[in-house]
Amino acid sequence: MARDDASLDQETFDRVLAEEVGKGADRRVAEGRARAAALRAARAKSGEGPATTPAPAAGDGAAPQPAAAPAAAAPPAAAPAAGAAPAAAGVAAPAAAVAAPTLTAPERQAPAPTGNVPEPKRGAPEKHRLLALVPPEGIQRVEREQGDRINVWPHLLIEEFVAMMLVLGALTIFSTFVNAPLRELANPNLTPNPSKAPWYFLGLQELLRYFHPMVAGVLFAPTLVLLALAVAPFVDRNPSTKPGDRKIAITLFTMLMMFGAVLTIIGSFFRGTGYNWVWPWAQGVFFEL
Amino acid sequence: MAKLKLPAPGEALDRVRDTEVWRSMFRPGSIFRRGYRDTSRDRALATMNNVLYHLHPVKMKRHGLKLTYTFCLGGLSFFLFILLTITGIYLMFFYRPAAELGSAAAYTDMQNIRTSVFFGDLVRNLHRWGAHLMVFTVTLHMARVFYTGSYKPPREFNWVVGVLLLFLTLGLSFTGYLLPWDQLAVWAVTVGTSLAGYSPLIAKQANFLLLGGVIVGPDTLLRWYVLHVLALPFVLVIFLSVHFWRIRKDGGISGPL
Repeated sequence: MARDDASLDQETFDRVLAEEVGKGADRRVAEGRARAAALRAARAKSGEGPATTPAPAAGDGAAPQPAAAPAAAAPPAAAPAAGAAPAAAGVAAPAAAVAAPTLTAPERQAPAPTGNVPEPKRGAPEKHRLLALVPPEGIQRVEREQGDRINVWPHLLIEEFVAMMLVLGALTIFSTFVNAPLRELANPNLTPNPSKAPWYFLGLQELLRYFHPMVAGVLFAPTLVLLALAVAPFVDRNPSTKPGDRKIAITLFTMLMMFGAVLTIIGSFFRGTGYNWVWPWAQGVFFEL
Repeated sequence: MAKLKLPAPGEALDRVRDTEVWRSMFRPGSIFRRGYRDTSRDRALATMNNVLYHLHPVKMKRHGLKLTYTFCLGGLSFFLFILLTITGIYLMFFYRPAAELGSAAAYTDMQNIRTSVFFGDLVRNLHRWGAHLMVFTVTLHMARVFYTGSYKPPREFNWVVGVLLLFLTLGLSFTGYLLPWDQLAVWAVTVGTSLAGYSPLIAKQANFLLLGGVIVGPDTLLRWYVLHVLALPFVLVIFLSVHFWRIRKDGGISGPL
């Protein structure tokens, strides 16, 4: 468990590990804390301790691994003296109380940046090292509901592939048997009867039968409908997405869609020569895609 | 005498995989380097190491798979856009947007596409029917998004982008409608653009800008051709990118209901 280049105080390691695991810490986190504590304890024993390591200073509750403090100060008998640590806020087990960090972040001791770019030492190897020290308070633990999630590959991608192939197959078969129309050469002097716009504008053309062109042509249909659609999320402040809570929005939108669909169908199939009303089953269909 | 020994098929593949060229093509962890095993890691890598699949996240909400939630409409619209791009590029090889009086090259080219171009008729049919279908799927996609309430925060802006994409889709379909330069095309466009002639103040200007003249003529054809094959697709791709990007950034698929 211990790294081979560090001598660890095995006793401290075992004890802190047991404490941390007892507190419900993640296994890897617990091992890391135990190793740090054991290393400090070992250093303290061999006499280099308090001068170089900040943690063992007595009462230093804000140290990154507070569990190490009593252990290093007076191993191993110090463990019961947990009450001495100022960090004992609101945790049940005394052992855990030692390890609980205070809520105040320690002050950073680093000097202010000077802006000077350091000169490499002469004769230094042509390398650069990337090393960062991340203080524990700098680590933000993000906890989010994982939810019921699945892998996009294979589940979604296969579904998409099948959908694509079905559409491609259907479209190819349709295109093999049904030719797109190509009439005679354009003749500006010969207006076909009836003259119809492409199908998606036929609702608009139909609307022109009922309203002044100014209303149906530009003001009403394209501008108003597109604008109304675009601002819909800013007007509809209802946060719910449940259909039962959105009766008004759904009704309005359905009415708009039905309005457009009915006008388009009338313009497509119920208008014949001279753009007059026809019954498609009686006089035939005057509609081309 | 040295015996020439051919490698076994599997061995040959391994040798190819060991070459520097192959390894340079596929990033570390790619399933094409080491083969695919059905593990969680390789499932993630299959999505991450492919530039196209990378549009998707590695994981998604399970309910998003339900066919009756999305009906695949957005994806199919995008697929149709790709299909229209490919068939459109093919048609561009055989089409000139020229319609001088008496000799309309555009119309002659249309006839040639139907009669003498290799698979020209099929490709043209695919392009035309696909375009109509795309208008349809984009509209239905909008309806689906509305009925699932997916335009609500934080997705408001993506809805606005979507309305813009619907508008651009209609624009692409409409500009393409003129290109065959037959009676159907020219008169449908004449009727369609006459709607713009009813603008309150800028009727003449709007119409002139659209048509490049006072009636649908050769200048209109060239103008609409450029719009159809270059300008509008360019704008559409930009907004499409924003649309896809925002889906991811706004938290993936909406819902569940």
